[in-house]
Amino acid sequence: MTTHLIRNARILGGDPQDVLIADGVVREVGTGLGGADTETDATGLVLLPGLVDLHTHLREPGREDAETVLTGTRAAARGGYTAVHAMANTFPVADTAGVVEQVWRLGRASGYCDVQPVGAVTVGLEGKQLAELGAMHDSAAGVRVFSDDGKCVDDAVIMRRALEYVKAFDGVVAQHAQEPRLTEGAQMNEGAVSGELGLGGWPAVAEEAIIARDVLLAAHVGSRLHVCHVSTAGSVEIIRWAKAKGWDVTAEVTPHHLLLTDELVRSYDPVYKVNPPLRTAADVAALREALADGTIDAVATDHAPHPAEDKDCEWAVAAMGMVGLETALSVVQHTMVDTGLLDWAGVADRMSFRPARIGRLAGHGRPVSPGEPANLVLVDPAYRGTVTPESFATRSRNTPYRGLELPGRVRATFLRGVPTVVDGEPVAPEAVAGGAA
Amino acid sequence: MKRHLVSAADLTRDDALLILDTAEEMAQVSSRAVKKLPTLRGRTVVNLFFEDSTRTRTSFEIAEKRLSADVVNFSAKGSSVSKGESLKDTALTLQAMGADAVVIRHGASGAPLRLAQSDWLHGSVINAGDGTHEHPTQALLDAFTMRRHLNPGAGRDLAGRRVTIVGDILHSRVARSNVLLLSTLGAEVTLVAPPTLVPIGVESWPCEVSYDLDAVLAKTDALMMLRVQRERMNAAFFPTEREYSRRYGLDGIRMAALPGHAIVMHPGPMVRGMEITADVADSPRCTVVEQVANGVSVRMAVLYLLLGGATPADGAPAGPTAAADAPAGPTAADAPAAPAAEESTP
Repeated sequence: MTTHLIRNARILGGDPQDVLIADGVVREVGTGLGGADTETDATGLVLLPGLVDLHTHLREPGREDAETVLTGTRAAARGGYTAVHAMANTFPVADTAGVVEQVWRLGRASGYCDVQPVGAVTVGLEGKQLAELGAMHDSAAGVRVFSDDGKCVDDAVIMRRALEYVKAFDGVVAQHAQEPRLTEGAQMNEGAVSGELGLGGWPAVAEEAIIARDVLLAAHVGSRLHVCHVSTAGSVEIIRWAKAKGWDVTAEVTPHHLLLTDELVRSYDPVYKVNPPLRTAADVAALREALADGTIDAVATDHAPHPAEDKDCEWAVAAMGMVGLETALSVVQHTMVDTGLLDWAGVADRMSFRPARIGRLAGHGRPVSPGEPANLVLVDPAYRGTVTPESFATRSRNTPYRGLELPGRVRATFLRGVPTVVDGEPVAPEAVAGGAA
Repeated sequence: MKRHLVSAADLTRDDALLILDTAEEMAQVSSRAVKKLPTLRGRTVVNLFFEDSTRTRTSFEIAEKRLSADVVNFSAKGSSVSKGESLKDTALTLQAMGADAVVIRHGASGAPLRLAQSDWLHGSVINAGDGTHEHPTQALLDAFTMRRHLNPGAGRDLAGRRVTIVGDILHSRVARSNVLLLSTLGAEVTLVAPPTLVPIGVESWPCEVSYDLDAVLAKTDALMMLRVQRERMNAAFFPTEREYSRRYGLDGIRMAALPGHAIVMHPGPMVRGMEITADVADSPRCTVVEQVANGVSVRMAVLYLLLGGATPADGAPAGPTAAADAPAGPTAADAPAAPAAEESTP
């Protein structure tokens, strides 16, 4: 049994304490601890529970040119994550027990980060026939979050049935809210900028109308609804209203929707092309406020890697999405912590505790206290650095933050006590391969 | 002036007037028996057309040839990714072949700006129409035509002139470029369309919007009718072709409501019977054919100013201050040849 001591860490931003890790769990928290085999000096660093991403595209199987489970989980670890939810829009689609188990096993083999597969709601993400949700839940992958992300479950009856059906195993439907008819040919947020640029508009109402319908459906059938990547002020109002009603509705926001606006599209640089699209400054302000007051429960990256050729082209034909795992915490510090909207305990809540609860991940999003799994991340909040995509662990480089100075840096990540990131860089694959569980 | 012409917003008032004044002088060249200047001799201009556009491509090609450029027509129909070579690789290829300027027509809004801002290509990029974004040389030839009729004379702008643009504003690159350029030149622009064909966010544009064509006719100096594609009615932008024509089409009765001096314009191609009736299209107040001729002059001016050594020291054609007040009299005819003074034009 090896023991590891983290010395002088500010747990959730509090006063410095020592944390002793042994056998993959937190053994002791206090001051003046000693007697460990190895030590990390965490003076000045903030200790958080390992981050949990509800929305990650790992691309494997099918688009290994963009990302693999191995490269994606390395990126996740480098960003401070100890668990990610792998979205179902792979090739083949993760709509069977076989595919979700494959992804789950690839995650176990990687060892950088737990991979919790998300199952498709409908066969082939086509919105017509329910996938075998029960079989995916009963598989080794133990799927509880279901999503057709990338596509909206737009048929009201299919959505209703899915919400009802997953109640049998405490599942949740994570909806990509996008009314398809209102977004045909959509290229960016519909507003002043789209009008000037002559790009097809993606109106806010196309998101808000689906969310309004879905919260009513969830209330009607008494099920859980999770709203993916909320992007508009109007969506926030609807979710706030649904929560006030006491309905079991949760929501996430991406880091890029907390920082970037559709003004950036004026460059026609497809690195800013994403779905849902970048919105206005008023939307950004509303999203930050909603994340601060808890209306929005979680930050989720929607990490969407794409190979260079899918972005190095005209806007209209470019792929939608941005990588985000390795910059999420910095963007959250920049937009929420450094602005005084959230403290570090709030960051732990929105990036670890709540997403783990939504995904029903037992071993993640736990307090830093004795007996809890040692899924931990050490953050240097004083760091300032320029985003250099060349240093990313992800296989893709489609970040909108290139050249931007952002605060904060992940110094170390521990997955059940095993360091997956040391001095800011992922450890060698052999050091974690095969899973520490 | 900037190195590229991607948007009408790239042009200051002085830039725009310099182009219009230069175009007046180019028009003189086009009226000669030998319609040629040596200005761009040895320079290579590529017409890179990802969309079919016989009239715009031909207009550019004639303009380029009248300036003695080496002209290459590069048709690359279809979009990148889905159909073969990417825009990037096409651009790298043209760069390697030594293109000094690329005139690009592309179905994707923003493609010319991508070219201009990339390091794929070092020459000038001239936007010949991108998606539903802009078509700046069309706006320039429209402004040129309006100035000739409404405020003739070098150095003059369109201050106070009332321009009404009617039709499918939402999908029109011509409308976007015209609103920007005409407001730069001081004109008062009103857009007229059914509300379904007006872009969201139009409040921020430097123009007025009306849904009622009849209400604005009497206050119009230039009426520009835009083509309306019949297919739009399939997407419920308007109920039927006939209803569109009744509410927004220009017929002889409506034309009679215009002030006597007002002109009727159309960027072409016209859909006769849809947005314009045959009697209007063929009337002497309709400037469609004149616009086509002016297109060559304006494109010559743009190419000349972007490529031909636009510095006054080179003896560039007279700027606004030096130019004569009359619309392009014969006296100014030889000025554009100055940059290549070693060879006198016949």
